[in-house]
Amino acid sequence: MQGFPYLSVIVVAPVIAAVIVVLLPKSMTKWSGAFGLVVSLGVAGVAAAMAVAFSSGVAGYQMVSRHPWIQGLGISWDLGVDGISLFLVLLVALLFPIVFFGTGKKRAGDKGFVAWLLVLETACMGSFLSLDVMLFFLFFELTLVPIYFIIGGWGHEKRAYAAIKFFVYTFLGSAFLLVGILTVAVIHEHETGVLTFQLSALSHTHLSSTTGILLFLAFTAAFAVKAPLFPFHTWSPDAYSQAPIGGSVVLAAVMAKLGTYGIIRFDLNLFPRASVTMAPLLLTLGVIGIIYGAIVAASQKDLKRLVAYSSLAHLGFIVLGAFALTTQGLSGSVIEMLNHGIYTAALFLLIGMIYQRTKTWQIPRLRGLQKPAPVLAAVFTVVMLASIGLPGLNGFVGEFLVLVGTFATRRWWAVVAAIGVILSAVYMLWAYQRVFHGRPDVEGAKMREMSWRDGVMMAPLVALIVVLGIYPGPVLNRITPAVEKLVHHVKQVETTHVQAVHAAGVASSHVPQARVLHSPTGTGSHHRRSVGNGSRRPS
Amino acid sequence: MLHAAFLMILLPLAGSCVLAAVGRKLGNPRAGWLATAMVAASFVLSVAVFSSLAGRASNQRSFTQVLFTWIPVGDLHVRIGLLIDPLSMTMALFVTGVSALIHLYSIGYMSHDEQFPKFFTYLNLFVASMLVLVLADNFLFSFLGWEGVGLCSYLLVAFWFDRDSAASAGKKAFIVNRIGDFGFLLAMLLIFTKLGTLNYHGVFAHLGQLSHGTITAIVLLLFLGAAGKSAQLPLFTWLPDAMEGPTPVSALIHAATMVTAGVYLMVRVSPMLHLAQGASLVVAAVGVATAFVAASIACAQDDVKKVLAYSTVSQLGYMFLAVGTGAYVAAIFLMICHAFYKGLLFLGAGSLIHGLHDEQDLKLMGGLRKMMPLTFVTFGVAWLAIAGVPPFAAFWSKGDVLVSAFSYSPFLYAVGALTAVLTAYYMGREFFLAFYGPERWRKSFAARSGEPHDPSWVMKLPLVVLAVASAFAGLINLPFHPAWDFLATWLAPVVGSVLVHANVGTAGRWELAIGDAVLAFAGVGVAWKLWSKRWDRPELEPAVLRAGWGIDAMYDTLVAKTGTALSLFAATTIDTSLIDAAVNGVASAVRSTGESVRRLQTGFVRSYALGVMLGLVLLLVWMLTRAVS
Repeated sequence: MQGFPYLSVIVVAPVIAAVIVVLLPKSMTKWSGAFGLVVSLGVAGVAAAMAVAFSSGVAGYQMVSRHPWIQGLGISWDLGVDGISLFLVLLVALLFPIVFFGTGKKRAGDKGFVAWLLVLETACMGSFLSLDVMLFFLFFELTLVPIYFIIGGWGHEKRAYAAIKFFVYTFLGSAFLLVGILTVAVIHEHETGVLTFQLSALSHTHLSSTTGILLFLAFTAAFAVKAPLFPFHTWSPDAYSQAPIGGSVVLAAVMAKLGTYGIIRFDLNLFPRASVTMAPLLLTLGVIGIIYGAIVAASQKDLKRLVAYSSLAHLGFIVLGAFALTTQGLSGSVIEMLNHGIYTAALFLLIGMIYQRTKTWQIPRLRGLQKPAPVLAAVFTVVMLASIGLPGLNGFVGEFLVLVGTFATRRWWAVVAAIGVILSAVYMLWAYQRVFHGRPDVEGAKMREMSWRDGVMMAPLVALIVVLGIYPGPVLNRITPAVEKLVHHVKQVETTHVQAVHAAGVASSHVPQARVLHSPTGTGSHHRRSVGNGSRRPS
Repeated sequence: MLHAAFLMILLPLAGSCVLAAVGRKLGNPRAGWLATAMVAASFVLSVAVFSSLAGRASNQRSFTQVLFTWIPVGDLHVRIGLLIDPLSMTMALFVTGVSALIHLYSIGYMSHDEQFPKFFTYLNLFVASMLVLVLADNFLFSFLGWEGVGLCSYLLVAFWFDRDSAASAGKKAFIVNRIGDFGFLLAMLLIFTKLGTLNYHGVFAHLGQLSHGTITAIVLLLFLGAAGKSAQLPLFTWLPDAMEGPTPVSALIHAATMVTAGVYLMVRVSPMLHLAQGASLVVAAVGVATAFVAASIACAQDDVKKVLAYSTVSQLGYMFLAVGTGAYVAAIFLMICHAFYKGLLFLGAGSLIHGLHDEQDLKLMGGLRKMMPLTFVTFGVAWLAIAGVPPFAAFWSKGDVLVSAFSYSPFLYAVGALTAVLTAYYMGREFFLAFYGPERWRKSFAARSGEPHDPSWVMKLPLVVLAVASAFAGLINLPFHPAWDFLATWLAPVVGSVLVHANVGTAGRWELAIGDAVLAFAGVGVAWKLWSKRWDRPELEPAVLRAGWGIDAMYDTLVAKTGTALSLFAATTIDTSLIDAAVNGVASAVRSTGESVRRLQTGFVRSYALGVMLGLVLLLVWMLTRAVS
């Protein structure tokens, strides 16, 4: 299978399938859900094959698929996978079949719903695999549209409000991102004479510290909204609670990671110096998210909103580990993205099962569900324990690594973050008690046990929760080389910057770097080849 | 044989998994027998490993078995590894032994429960976790066991989850333990940051690299964890509530094994405690204070299990007193003896509760010695053992603790001695209220058929075995001759041959021992005088003691109510009225500027999004055409 275009297939197949679904004749409409399931399983198969072909000791991008696309604009079809994106791709590949499988008959026969989900899969896969910043932006934006329609079209009572809030909010963030991307590319063009959006090239752009910080903020604005990070989170409880379950799963488990992934992939790569400078701000937002998310989660009366706030807390851990800028911290962030995806998806699916039977996810209306549904309760317990970071289950590994990595460089942030360990137990166990313990009342009496179909849906997730909790080695061994390379990249630029300041005098560091012909650090493989328009378009 | 050590953990773990899968099919009582067999096998195995370890020369008695790497990232390499040494095997031996007995007992005790298989699933999982805790060769793997036993405690306390009080008690146990775990976690972060390893041997080999302040911080943080798990001041309030769980659970988890995990941890890190005198003093002071406070509360409780719960807290306080004064062997000695007699007391209480059809109020018992002779005798042995009456177990073990306290500080000794009198007294009170005096239970029992009677043999056998153990456990560490202190010699390779009673001579030891005996008899005598005939003495049960010094109520006001209010404030005022309102405010400001935006609200939302989609598509098409050209 050498040379098989795994990544392009993974990205393109779902959207082609979406087109086919739309074109299905009316008589076959009822099969659209099954078709979606088959396609997403196929994608999962290709992704699994890709994971097998992935070499674990390698730090750089693998299976790179690089084709010039719009040469005039410097945009290329540039896909690649490394340890940071590998498991996010696998997460997407795993969750979409589960979502299709869990989709009820009515919706499975709804072309629109299935097609939008398939478009969403392409958009998510594309976002995680793009190594061209503009290509990433296109996919990143493309995620918005299907999820907007899924919330707005198939959501609950206040779906319109939630959908528009989500859309406007994230769209605003993206505007900053677009401006940021264009600015970086232009600066890079000024420096080298080459217009490109390739991450590998742009990450060597020399930016003055102010420019770097501004661009960092522009990028981070989009990612912070998408994740979300405190205080940009208020769209998420509405969107999560109003979306249909499949939508909630994708939003919380996958799309939230677009934000944190963006931070790790683009912020740290493109603006290493600014990342170091701005780390205290992001660390603080992360820690606030951990504590604040937990506190607010405790008094939620709506299970889905509760998970939304608990996600805020977990995403805080991911950001904390990223900006600790240590191998353990960043590895912890990356594996926590995977783990959070798994247990949050499982939580939403379980909430969906409760809703399906009782027609509510309001905590005060539920009570004593463990009696009529002991197996569902047991599965819920395992997932909940993973989410509160019980060692031996997957949630602990990432959180512990983040804390270890953060404690080494940013001790007090880690200490405050560790309080989250206590708080997560408080809100989760309290909610569990209110929903599952006690004697069942009216709604509880409608509760039924998990069906085999529910069991099939939950089995892979629960298995992963246990396996990744006890034996995360194979995952970490693939993540770490890429993470070490990234940490090295950030540290190197930091040190060369210090050397540069010492060599060239403090004054020169304030000169806009874009105007510096030769980089004073001697790393200068990026000579300014030409500034003129002539050579910009080689074709 | 040592290489089979991991099977000690694997057997009960496998039992738990099998029961989780097919427990319902196995049903009652087969599920219980399977679980018991697994733990019994684990006990046999630990005897084998123990003797194989004992067969080695004393400086060779440490064996590490690494199974696989758990968390490898950069210079962090946490492994799943076992440390087989005298300390861990001593723990494993009594944990599996007592667990096997209590499993057996549970077959009888839980026989009428509809969740019978689930009970044994949890119980087996607990034993596996507890063994992970004591056998792990590094802090983090121990922490896995540490949290695992906490989880089982939660599941088993809330076992009868349809009772709100049980559900709340389970949650409280877990959360209070988590406060302690916060300390444990930070201690590990500090250790790893300073030393780059979490393996016990690796850490202890490099203690020289740590400053005195760092060691003190690590010890105090670990002690916070220990105080949570072992129910010490100020984190002890969860343990009395945990009595909501079935009585075998109270015996196994909340008396004999799990709650001693904090003591084990402290003894495990004794090389650190040794270097942190100030922190050790804190441990000793908290221990003795807890011992006294809990004993005083136990004097005024009416619930047969609550008395035992506070008694456990108090005895754990003694163990920390021992640890803090450097008497690590005495701490382990007391822990083992306590496992026997406190386990027995709980099982005896379970027998009473069982016989009286779930009656737990001592004031509604009385005169049961005639109807339940075996329970009476075994409970009596346990009472004399905990009271410190010679020659029963606690006379020797508590005696060692008090000698150490005396040599450390007369004040610590004085409080400890006073607590010893209280111990003999409150246990005497419980004993007399249950087995002597008028038969108060007849009134409520009249409606039912028959009389209370001793339980079936599966419940009797553990009572007898534990009674024998409680009577003779002192033999494992006798003071008179250097060749007789087997436990001290055995543990020396781990905790060092620290002679704590160095400055208390043989004559002094005899004086203290006689003093202990006098204290024990005094407490027993007072209890007999006051409680053997009369049962209603409100003047001896002041409200402040009945309410546990009001500590729990204070937490309820200070922490629970304040926390709830804070959460509500954050959710409604800050999140909704402040942050979200700011966002919506910006949105509505934008909205009011243009008619076009107003249409968003009036049903054209989709067309807007569709517009974006179309725009995106057009952009793509345009780009594609340019790319092709």
